Amino acid sequence: MGQRLHHFHGGLHLPDHKAMSTGKPLEWAPLPKRLTLPLQQHIGAAAKPVVEAGDKVLKGQMLAQASGHVSAPIHAPTSGTVIAIEEHAIPHPSGLKAACIVLESDGEDNWYVHESHPEYEHLEPQQLRSLIRDAGIVGLGGAGFPAHIKLNPGARTAVDTLVLNGAECEPYITCDDALMRERPDGIVAGARIMRHALQARKCIIAIEDNKPEAISAMRDALERIGEPQLQVIAVPTRYPTGGEKQLIQVLTGKEVPLKGLPIDIGIVCHNVATAASVFRAVVKGEPLISRIITVTGENIHEPKNLEVLFGTPIQEVIEAAGGISDNSGSLLMGGPMMGFALHDLQLPVIKTTNCLLAKQPEPARGPTLACIRCGECARVCPASLLPQQLYWYARSKEFDKIQDQNLFACIECGCCDYVCPSNIPLVHYYRYAKTEIWEQERERHAADLARQRHEFQTERKEREKAERAARMKKKKQALADKKKPGKGGADADAKKEAIKAAMERAKAKRVSGEVKPKNVDNLSAEQQRKIDEVDARRAANRDAHESSEEQS
Amino acid sequence: MIAAIIALTLLAAVFGLLLGYAAIRFKVESDPIVEKVDAVLPQTQCGQCGYAGCRPYAEAIAAGEADINRCPPGGETVILALSDLLGVEPKPLDDEVGEEKPKEVAYVDEQTCIGCTLCIQACPVDAILGAAKQMHTIIADECTGCELCVEPCPVDCITMIPVKKDVQNWKWPYPAPNTQEETN
Repeated sequence: MGQRLHHFHGGLHLPDHKAMSTGKPLEWAPLPKRLTLPLQQHIGAAAKPVVEAGDKVLKGQMLAQASGHVSAPIHAPTSGTVIAIEEHAIPHPSGLKAACIVLESDGEDNWYVHESHPEYEHLEPQQLRSLIRDAGIVGLGGAGFPAHIKLNPGARTAVDTLVLNGAECEPYITCDDALMRERPDGIVAGARIMRHALQARKCIIAIEDNKPEAISAMRDALERIGEPQLQVIAVPTRYPTGGEKQLIQVLTGKEVPLKGLPIDIGIVCHNVATAASVFRAVVKGEPLISRIITVTGENIHEPKNLEVLFGTPIQEVIEAAGGISDNSGSLLMGGPMMGFALHDLQLPVIKTTNCLLAKQPEPARGPTLACIRCGECARVCPASLLPQQLYWYARSKEFDKIQDQNLFACIECGCCDYVCPSNIPLVHYYRYAKTEIWEQERERHAADLARQRHEFQTERKEREKAERAARMKKKKQALADKKKPGKGGADADAKKEAIKAAMERAKAKRVSGEVKPKNVDNLSAEQQRKIDEVDARRAANRDAHESSEEQS
Repeated sequence: MIAAIIALTLLAAVFGLLLGYAAIRFKVESDPIVEKVDAVLPQTQCGQCGYAGCRPYAEAIAAGEADINRCPPGGETVILALSDLLGVEPKPLDDEVGEEKPKEVAYVDEQTCIGCTLCIQACPVDAILGAAKQMHTIIADECTGCELCVEPCPVDCITMIPVKKDVQNWKWPYPAPNTQEETN
């Protein structure tokens, strides 16, 4: 009120198609029989299961815990039995499968005993953050970044403003609108908890001016509760005001640094639905197990907003909105600008599913033509980039140059795509380039690791070789030392002496007649003659030997 | 005339000494081009290029002994990066060294493994865990897919399996232009 607003570069006025789904009150979707809960429903590391197939679980019980700092746990949306932990198709542009916990509901919806903290003002910010973390709360605006991290400003940064984003700028989507109209008190309570966790000076709830009911509902709630530090500001409707950096620029006129975060200029931005779930988690002790989803589009019978348990098959959500009247069009998850096509109605609803959109088939987009450098894309780009330049580099796979053009500042809002007269799928090119660069980054990381390990191995092998060589040398040396004296050394002389002495002794014995022949009794004449003959030969030999020895 | 000759000779001597000193004082330890080439190579250490590993190949490239198109795991990306780095014309991958294929990792069939340690000795990055007469296994995150362990295995229990595509490593495909004719 009275606050001067600013504006961001570019953006578009789009037909909003929002009235379609706001006519009916917010409802709960029916309890599904079987729920499929992907372990990764957020940005960061996938959660780690803490249950096994066959376990009976209660509503709100933790099924998988956060693994690492940037991660979020998953809780049972209803009571029942875990029937499997296996791979299932998940809502993702790739259409790939990922690990999921499959839960069969028992229909009783029995709550797990949970701890509530209605007196949250007495809790330390750190305790609040861990409550929020344990409740599995992630940003419900679309990206799904774990909320407790964005509620931790760090020791050195003082937070001036907490911005609650209720802009909801994308056409067709009205889930935040429905929440603000019907449960404003929860949002205000959540905002107060978040402000306490951040120790922020003030809090702004920003809502696009095409949602007058939501604005008045929020203002009424603030008046009722009487919180002067909270303020509702209506911002002009312009796509993509709901972008974090764009909204901050509109509200404060300040630009978030290119590679920085809003916290760098003392601002933290959360979605209004995230605030409402923080309220539920802290004050009621209920973890994040459901969200509001807009089911809308020309092909939906009764477009409306539904509160849906995570893991509910999309088919059942669509049936709760009267079903699809015409299968000719595509089914998108998310809005028409940033959503992606779903090809399977059995896919589950996850924490980041804000909208299911079944539109009329679009008039076929004409063939892709060459870029004519008209510059329309640069005019509408809310991040002040040069989309055609990014396009050239993505097309020619010049990933270094595309990063010099700040590809990663692109928020993939689709404005450039929308206005391109040559029908070039620009955002697709940027997404392609981003995932290629991430892949290169991973490869470089793997190569560094491999180089390091290989160098270490080479070094180790050389060291081992040197050690072996040293050992061999030592052994050889020892052997050589043993052998050396054997060739004419003192040892050999001693041996010779010993032999000589033995021979002397033998000779002395013989001469002295100590040695006498045995078995010489009763000899025949013939035998005696032979013995004498041998003795004579021996004596002759001995004499010859002794004389030769004396000569030598 | 004489003064000029003496002056120039002196200058030449002084600068010669200065340059000589600088060459010793600021000597570059190793050839920086080898480092740069090595940084571009994928570090698979597979030896398909005919050298004992990525670094020896980098040294050969830097010395002008090897061509830049002999790295099958690096494929087109590495050839382009090398041609960019060295200022030579890119050329297609040399047929005789093999062909580019999607990244794979080795897998030990643990039922068949007899614990002979031959693969452990063959692995250039110590990505195989095991000991004599103990079952061996591959540390998949550290396997470069060089295939050097496949050959030595006496019981053929090592197979190469493609790296699984999951949500984390999935890439958006290169956009196909919409070529349909305009209907009006």
